[in-house]
Amino acid sequence: MPRPLINVPKKVKRGDAFDIRILIAHPMESGQRRDDKGQPIPREIIHSFLCTYGGEEVFRAEFFPAISANPFLTFSARAVDSGQIVFTWTDDLGATQFDSVEITVE
Amino acid sequence: MRLAPSRRFVLGAGAALLALPATPARATKADVAAAIRAITGGAPLRPGRVKLDLPLLVENGNAVAMTVGVADPLPAAERVLSLHVFAEGNPLPNVIHAYFGPRSGAPRLATRIRLATSQTIVAVAACADGTFWTDSVELLVTLAACIDDL
Repeated sequence: MPRPLINVPKKVKRGDAFDIRILIAHPMESGQRRDDKGQPIPREIIHSFLCTYGGEEVFRAEFFPAISANPFLTFSARAVDSGQIVFTWTDDLGATQFDSVEITVE
Repeated sequence: MRLAPSRRFVLGAGAALLALPATPARATKADVAAAIRAITGGAPLRPGRVKLDLPLLVENGNAVAMTVGVADPLPAAERVLSLHVFAEGNPLPNVIHAYFGPRSGAPRLATRIRLATSQTIVAVAACADGTFWTDSVELLVTLAACIDDL
């Protein structure tokens, strides 16, 4: 899987909620379509996503074929301490993509 | 120059239409009800608290911006544990299940979804006190997703 785009503020105030916006390139093949020979195209989607912050869970999601190609997601986290925010995507082929950003809490 | 389509062309076009694969099966209201029961365990659904935001008229069903969330802050004992979205007219009833952990800032999310046809989308919020809240949006889709290459 290719590198995702991640949008997180560099600095946040302690106790504040802030938005995390992420986009990852992926076809999200729904398994509902047929190729030009009429054969079903097998499903290949990112089925789960996890975001942790300082080792604790922020947000977890289970995706279905109804999620558009190149899944985009916005959710919210609460600033507790400076640390690492880690993102994990897993797809039907078993491929897992990790990425992380540092955030400064003041 | 011929203006009217030939008899052979019309017959051929008709045969090509028949040869198209049947439209994929749609989820039904019962499928959605079953998917919701799998989340609630049969507990009653109450309207309110959760808000589902979708355009009422969708031009392209391949990527429809959706926001779902609970805006009002709730006491810790009633906090939102998860949000679930279901589609009554897509081939599969489930759209997304989202779970909010201890570091979550607010129980809401935005993403882009596929819509196969005009239909009703249902959101369910599960709260820590065992209550379930729901909202739904009925929308029109002019160009559908999922069926063909675009």
